[in-house]
Amino acid sequence: MSLRDTTDQSLEGWREAYAATPERKGELFSTLSGLESEPLTTPEMVDVDYDRDLGYPGQFPFTRGVYPSMYRGRLWTMRQFAGFGTAEETNERFRYLLEHGQTGLSTAFDMPTLMGYDSDHERSLGEVGREGVAVDSLEDMQTLFNGIPLGEVSTSMTINSPAAILLAFYACVGERQGVSRDKLRGTIQTDILKEYIAQKEFIFPPEPSMRLVTDMVEWCATEMPLWHPISISGYHIREAGSTAAQELAFTLADGFTYVEWALERGLDIDDFAPRLSFFFNAHLDFFEEIGKYRAARRIWARELRDRYGARDPKSLLMRFHTQTAGVSLTAQQPEVNIVRTAIEALAAVLGGTQSLHTNSYDEALALPTEDAVRIALRTQQVIAHETGVVNQIDPLGGSYYVEHMTNEMERQAYAYFDQIEKLGGVVEAIKQNFFQREIADAAFRYQAEVEQQQRIVVGVNRYQLEDDTAPAILKIDPALEDKQIARVKELKARRDNAAVESALAELKRGAASDTNLMPLIVDAARVDVTMGEMCDAFREVWGIWRETPTF
Amino acid sequence: MIRVVIAKPGLDGHDRGAKIIARALRDAGMEVIYTGLHQTPDQIVETALQEDADAVGISILSGAHMTLVPRILEGLKAQGLGDVLVVVGGTIPEDDAAELRELGVAAVFTPGAHTSEIVEFLRDKCAPVA
Repeated sequence: MSLRDTTDQSLEGWREAYAATPERKGELFSTLSGLESEPLTTPEMVDVDYDRDLGYPGQFPFTRGVYPSMYRGRLWTMRQFAGFGTAEETNERFRYLLEHGQTGLSTAFDMPTLMGYDSDHERSLGEVGREGVAVDSLEDMQTLFNGIPLGEVSTSMTINSPAAILLAFYACVGERQGVSRDKLRGTIQTDILKEYIAQKEFIFPPEPSMRLVTDMVEWCATEMPLWHPISISGYHIREAGSTAAQELAFTLADGFTYVEWALERGLDIDDFAPRLSFFFNAHLDFFEEIGKYRAARRIWARELRDRYGARDPKSLLMRFHTQTAGVSLTAQQPEVNIVRTAIEALAAVLGGTQSLHTNSYDEALALPTEDAVRIALRTQQVIAHETGVVNQIDPLGGSYYVEHMTNEMERQAYAYFDQIEKLGGVVEAIKQNFFQREIADAAFRYQAEVEQQQRIVVGVNRYQLEDDTAPAILKIDPALEDKQIARVKELKARRDNAAVESALAELKRGAASDTNLMPLIVDAARVDVTMGEMCDAFREVWGIWRETPTF
Repeated sequence: MIRVVIAKPGLDGHDRGAKIIARALRDAGMEVIYTGLHQTPDQIVETALQEDADAVGISILSGAHMTLVPRILEGLKAQGLGDVLVVVGGTIPEDDAAELRELGVAAVFTPGAHTSEIVEFLRDKCAPVA
């Protein structure tokens, strides 16, 4: 090596030297989402104006975090999603999690509840309590939160089409515990747009669904001011196979759509925007994920201020929950999932999340066991207490690659906004199957890359074990379904059925008019009208939604 | 040409797997009919009958497989379609998979299965009798 080489500090010199070294063969160098990347990000590739694009934590455009002190002030909320069987089993799991240091509750409902069927409906057979807890009535909701003071915990409820009904149940449980509505803290998902786009738990057509969402936003603004009436969710979009940029773009576009409906209703942006919250996925491609979160905060703040005219600084803050990627978990050598989840969780923390769910290692096999859930929670606790990453705000800010990735995510999101706009907005794009097609294409491309060994999934297409034994999994006792069916039947026989009929008639009248439905739903809940009966009333008035199957 | 109905019974909307399989089978030269979501067992049997299916691929991730798959098998038999090949894909614990195979399901594919593995299986089992 000549003397000149050791003093060469030029980019050209590096480029030549790089080109002279062979790259690894066979595997892709693009991100998990297929984004091509240079081997090195250099200063001239990154267009960042500190004040315009980054700012300080808690200051516009919030790229570096929504709060001035971030985790030095308060750690994120450790919130593990739980629910199975009847309200009694889930109530026990809730108490277990609170005893082990969890700081918020998160409720998973079973498929019949999510789809608006009571447990005794024929379509519910075999599904009651399987993937979450069955809640048919206000009584079930009371059992679910038995012994848990609603004035002291914050609760998240993952439900969409029937969200208004479950919110009413929760408000009534609070009332019966002596906690007034304006003291209740928590989040209900309510994000119906991403159901049409990705998760497919829809009941009614998009327009009446959006009206119901807007009713909730309006009602919460005055009645439940500490509550987050929508959690605008990219999580399920990503799980359905989207790229990181699609997750970001479609979620933000959904967010803008909720804002527009609420403004159309006549609400003031600053009366509801501070209560909108978000929910993102944390997948394995570390820097891509961190760029996604940072871009999300910046875009939301800018659009809320400049496009929708928000003046309250709280309206500009994108606060979000994160869940590690279920789709990244493997059924093969499931213990390895603990490692995947830890890396994903670290990305979420470095991306500035406000709350976090870490998946359990056995979730590609079944609902998690208690031991698996405990390890998942411990993973968060290790990040929080042992790694030191919580002591520095946005520690990756200023990294050439992270800033470049943040810009790139933003650029792709705006390109999608333009496309969606040209299609006539989110609801129209849903009807044209635009999102569904984009996601299916991305999912198929990824699967092909894995099958062609261009992407390696440890234990699946490399480093397999001959004898890959599955761990013990959680079994849901089939008797729980019968117990729940008996319970709802017994309730239907015991209650004041004349009061039920008149509440349902009111509900149908309300659904056909443009009155806010929330007070009517609360009235119906109080006289033990079930969730399924309320959904049936709406089905009768609004009809149901069917998507055109495509692949 | 092998005719395959890809069916989504039950209430869950997890359709990533179903769509990937449907595409992979189509790309492999099969005629694929995708039912769409939220199908009852009766609707799936009806589709298999109408479409003169050689095989039915059931994708289910709701945990209700032990309730719904046997109903589809019974329905097919009742319609004289007992020879239609039935395969299942989803998050199916091994104990349940064994029971389903006993009931007449030809194969159960769980997470991590290769699409080419499924294509080969269907080609092999649905090959026209010479």
